[in-house]
Amino acid sequence: MKLTVKLFAYFRDNRFVAEVQEYPDGTTIGEIVDRLEIDRNEIGITMINSKHSSFEDIPAGDDILAIFPMVGGG
Amino acid sequence: MTDLTTSIEDVPQDWAGMGGRGLTSTIVAAEVPPTCHPLGPNNKLVFAPGLLSGTVAANSGRLSAGAKSPLTGGIKESNAGGTSAQFLARCGCKALIIEGMPKEDKWYSIALTAGSLTISEETELVGKGNYTVAKTLSEKLGSKQGVITIGPAGEMKMAGANLSVVDPDGNLRSNGRGGLGAVMGSKKVKFISIDPQGNKVEITNPDAFKDANRAFAKALVDNQISQGLKTYGTNILVNVINEAGALPTRNFTQGQFEGHDKISGETMHDIIQERGGKPSHNCHAGCVIQCSQIYKDKDKNFKTAGFEYESIWAMGADCCVDNLDDIAEADWLMDDIGIDTIETSVAFGVAMEAGVLEFGDGKGMCQIIKEDIGKGTALGRIIGNGAGSVGRSFGVTRVPVVKNQAIPAYDPRSVKGMAITYATTPMGADHTTGYAVTANILGVGGSVDPLSNEGQVELSRNLQIATAAIDSTGMCLFIAFAALDDPNCLPALIDLINARYGLSLSGDDVTNLGKSILKTERGFNQAAGFTNADDRLPEFFYLEPLPPHNVVVDFSGEEIDSFWNF
Repeated sequence: MKLTVKLFAYFRDNRFVAEVQEYPDGTTIGEIVDRLEIDRNEIGITMINSKHSSFEDIPAGDDILAIFPMVGGG
Repeated sequence: MTDLTTSIEDVPQDWAGMGGRGLTSTIVAAEVPPTCHPLGPNNKLVFAPGLLSGTVAANSGRLSAGAKSPLTGGIKESNAGGTSAQFLARCGCKALIIEGMPKEDKWYSIALTAGSLTISEETELVGKGNYTVAKTLSEKLGSKQGVITIGPAGEMKMAGANLSVVDPDGNLRSNGRGGLGAVMGSKKVKFISIDPQGNKVEITNPDAFKDANRAFAKALVDNQISQGLKTYGTNILVNVINEAGALPTRNFTQGQFEGHDKISGETMHDIIQERGGKPSHNCHAGCVIQCSQIYKDKDKNFKTAGFEYESIWAMGADCCVDNLDDIAEADWLMDDIGIDTIETSVAFGVAMEAGVLEFGDGKGMCQIIKEDIGKGTALGRIIGNGAGSVGRSFGVTRVPVVKNQAIPAYDPRSVKGMAITYATTPMGADHTTGYAVTANILGVGGSVDPLSNEGQVELSRNLQIATAAIDSTGMCLFIAFAALDDPNCLPALIDLINARYGLSLSGDDVTNLGKSILKTERGFNQAAGFTNADDRLPEFFYLEPLPPHNVVVDFSGEEIDSFWNF
């Protein structure tokens, strides 16, 4: 399946801002994070199509996956 | 100010254990007639450092200012960094209360030291912008004084006028919300200078204080969110709130902004690095988070400082301006004129909908700020009096305000915890009073689905109670990110207060303090004429679905009112 993966804050360093990537059907978000060589402990938020998701969730083709570290402000 | 006299009084026993917001709200509730005109002789402007201000406790330099608000007509506490809170505390001042009004049409300044309080006539700086005031006073008084000042907006008593507090580098922080600059202007006070003259605050148990501060500072520094704030500033939020579909755009008609990445914290960080600005900077001495920054223009000259998410969102997404340099120019102009960047930029969003200028016209916005708001033309006063004023003047019905105060950077339709906070806080729409974005969006302090009503009332209630207490300590609210998830943080904070004063407060005492502050504030508003009908969001939030989630606010009145069941 093809996914648009978007990275934010320092996750962009030496990676990318947004990319269309190919993953086998059934790949979980946790596995995608591992493939990107991001430490799961550094993940703050993941969203599929603007809705919060967890490492166990499985995206569908053409989904947009956004990956953030722990962030806050206000 | 009526007779131009001052007095230094002992702190009443009942107020001895209070500080910051708890103290300003208690004094306003006790001494200001709730039905008075906010710009008349019976209102009082109260400044109070927090319980820990003036000590070396990390992040303890926040200043509370309180009065009856000319924007909301209710009680107001507005909070800022800068050096004044620490210097007030070091002068031994629990609270500075400005009351009455001068009989003559003259301007004055107030000078405070550890043992004196004097009022002098002021002529030189009248009509001047805040940056000129800060620079002139730094040259005249030296840089080791605290300064609180108003710009032309405060002098003209605009309901969006703020108080500016000079920071350690001579830049400005603001008690932004609720028009307290107009209250200071109504009392004809242009600026207040505070000179601690080497005095320090006393610590009852210095060793225990030192230990507690070490643990507290460690909790702040170790926190991942603190680290992100240091690198990207509060503006790190643009992309995440946009992704969640909650970034109010084009006067609250969309939840996502096409130009979000151009105004994001990531982009701002790169621009600051490229131009030799400072990505991290402290708004008061002792801050270990350092979310502030120095932003330079294309020619690598200073442009603005303390370039915050709320301001960037409001001028950016809400007005559809995607040029960060235009936003920085507008930010500097508003700081200099002394007007709240949230209220005024949301007012611009309403003005754009009314056709006063086009959405996306950043340069037009700067022009109006400078030539109309700054000079007090009829249009400038309509915008300078806030979003509600623009809506009424131009017949716009989509006006994002609660209690006439502009709603900040989280759409209450897609961050439903914020719907409860905006509706119920006695302050009028204010994100800081109960920042449900934590559990709704950021996954901090638990997780509550932002698109569901379930759990939101309880979340907002718990946060509002805790925030009222934190706002009394002088602590920056950003300690909450550590406090919500690090079990060492809050006990260390309570240990700091206990060591400072020789007390033995518990967590329950802190919670009870928060509850009592909220009830005091609500009591003032009720006596001023507010009812639960004022604890509601504007109609359009119930009627107009917000893309991309296509959601509306659907809390019943009873659900909102249940917030107060404590």
